[in-house]
Amino acid sequence: MSSLSGASISRRRGNANVRSERRFVWLMLAPALLYVAGFFAYPIVKNVVMGFQDYSITTFYTGEAPWVGLANYAQVFASRVFSVAVVNTAVFTVVSISLQFAIGLALAVFFHRKFPLSVALRSLLLLPWLLPLLASTAVWRWILDQDSGILNQALGFFHLTSSAIPWLSSPSFAMISLIAVKVWVAVPFNLAILYGGLQGIPGELYEAASIDGASPGQAFRFITLPLLRPVIGVVIVLGIIYTLESLDIILGLTGGGPANSTDTLSTLSYLESFERYSFGTGAAISNIIIVVSMIFTFIYLRIDRRPAQ
Amino acid sequence: MSTIVSAASRRARRPRYLSTAFGILVVVIMLFPVYWMVNASLQRGGSAIGSTLIPINLSWSGYEAALREQGQNLVTSIIVSAGTVAFTLLISVPAAYILAKFVRRGTSIFILALLVAQMVPGIVLANALYSVYSSLGILNSIPGLILADASRCIPFSIILLRAFMLALPSELLEAARIDGASHFRAFRSIALPLSQNAIITAGLFSFLFTWGDFIFAVTLTTTADVRPITLGIYNYLAAQQQEWGPVMATSVIAALPAMIILMAAQRYITAGSLSGALK
Repeated sequence: MSSLSGASISRRRGNANVRSERRFVWLMLAPALLYVAGFFAYPIVKNVVMGFQDYSITTFYTGEAPWVGLANYAQVFASRVFSVAVVNTAVFTVVSISLQFAIGLALAVFFHRKFPLSVALRSLLLLPWLLPLLASTAVWRWILDQDSGILNQALGFFHLTSSAIPWLSSPSFAMISLIAVKVWVAVPFNLAILYGGLQGIPGELYEAASIDGASPGQAFRFITLPLLRPVIGVVIVLGIIYTLESLDIILGLTGGGPANSTDTLSTLSYLESFERYSFGTGAAISNIIIVVSMIFTFIYLRIDRRPAQ
Repeated sequence: MSTIVSAASRRARRPRYLSTAFGILVVVIMLFPVYWMVNASLQRGGSAIGSTLIPINLSWSGYEAALREQGQNLVTSIIVSAGTVAFTLLISVPAAYILAKFVRRGTSIFILALLVAQMVPGIVLANALYSVYSSLGILNSIPGLILADASRCIPFSIILLRAFMLALPSELLEAARIDGASHFRAFRSIALPLSQNAIITAGLFSFLFTWGDFIFAVTLTTTADVRPITLGIYNYLAAQQQEWGPVMATSVIAALPAMIILMAAQRYITAGSLSGALK
């Protein structure tokens, strides 16, 4: 009798334990779940719905957003600016990713061979990545200024150019300037992550390779690149996603101009929603951005992060 | 034997100093814009024609103008950033602890959701949040900005903190429970102190993300009442300002937190501390 009640007490205490643990788990986790639901799930759903609505400035007064089916998408796809922006986005992404990756990898390999001051110099290089983009954009805007910028003054001083180059104010130079600034911002990130990847490669492999008579070039090709592949995948895919959504640099440097030469899907979506107050078409464009980002997010999640053996 | 070794090391040393020289060259080129920003902010006037490569004629007039015109925005940025850090940690630290130590089923789905959330472009969130904020009446408000800015910090922080907390010794937590401590007590007195470094890393990055935020500042504010400093810089640029002194001084002020963190708290922001969040 007594042993029976003892067992039931401990079982009851066990149940109370399980219940208190469950309550603890929910209390601790609920705020995060609520936040993700409210600030990610809801906005994405809302954006998809807005893409099918005539959602304009009058919506804020009347509360009415008539359903228009695919009209927003039809309007977006039909506009000339949209096709220009698609091409610009592709050029901007592909060229800046290639350059920032190539420079980042070269610097990572360079800094991986320890030399005096290498650690201090490498950490100084993080700075462009940590600065607020608008602060960097402001100084670049002045450096690249046609009349008062230091770049044109330096080029003129060394007689490298005959006349001042309109870095930001001519359609043929604006994209080049934008890519240069983007690469400047992103090289530190590529360097930091790729350097971390290089440190994960066991040094004995290189010793073994050099004993076997491999040249540094061969060691890079047959040891570094294959073992770094997962990190390379992460850096490139993250870079693509960051580049697709970059808005700060473009709005700050060129505002998408001149003559739409630096408009991308992001700036177009921003202009539609927040300058023309046509939230329906803005949402349609940002839904296109979501689809593209999600494709790359999917690739990112599928990257096998285990180093190849 | 020793002569061979010393000859070899001498041969190795020369390229190493060449490497240092090249490394310095890279740093000088990459950091020139930052130098130019600081240099220009310390000179009167503001056309490059008038400014010298080093600030010979020191002038604080750029900073006086910056503080006069951007002082209020600076305070807004500080409040919004500090608030976002607090809000982010308040939500992320408990969630990360639960995901690391309690929940087995469903954890991977939630982590996957966070990884996807991290990739959602800011413009997408801003587009939808604008109408929600407008009907809730929290456009142009500090809480509104804090809630939106946390979207760039919370997924990142939970993933980073969880990766760290997976390694907390479960035996310690169990021992505390056996000694009669509540779950919350074990969390507060054991898990929190042991996770201090990871919490600092998450906090510093949340601060930098929010401090540099532009997309929510430009979309979720419409008046000058609540205007972060990044938006102050943008307004200078949009106004085709030809007097660069105040613009550069404001940019230097905006760049200060990143510079200070890089100098004083570098070990918290190295790639190693980030690796957890990237996996």
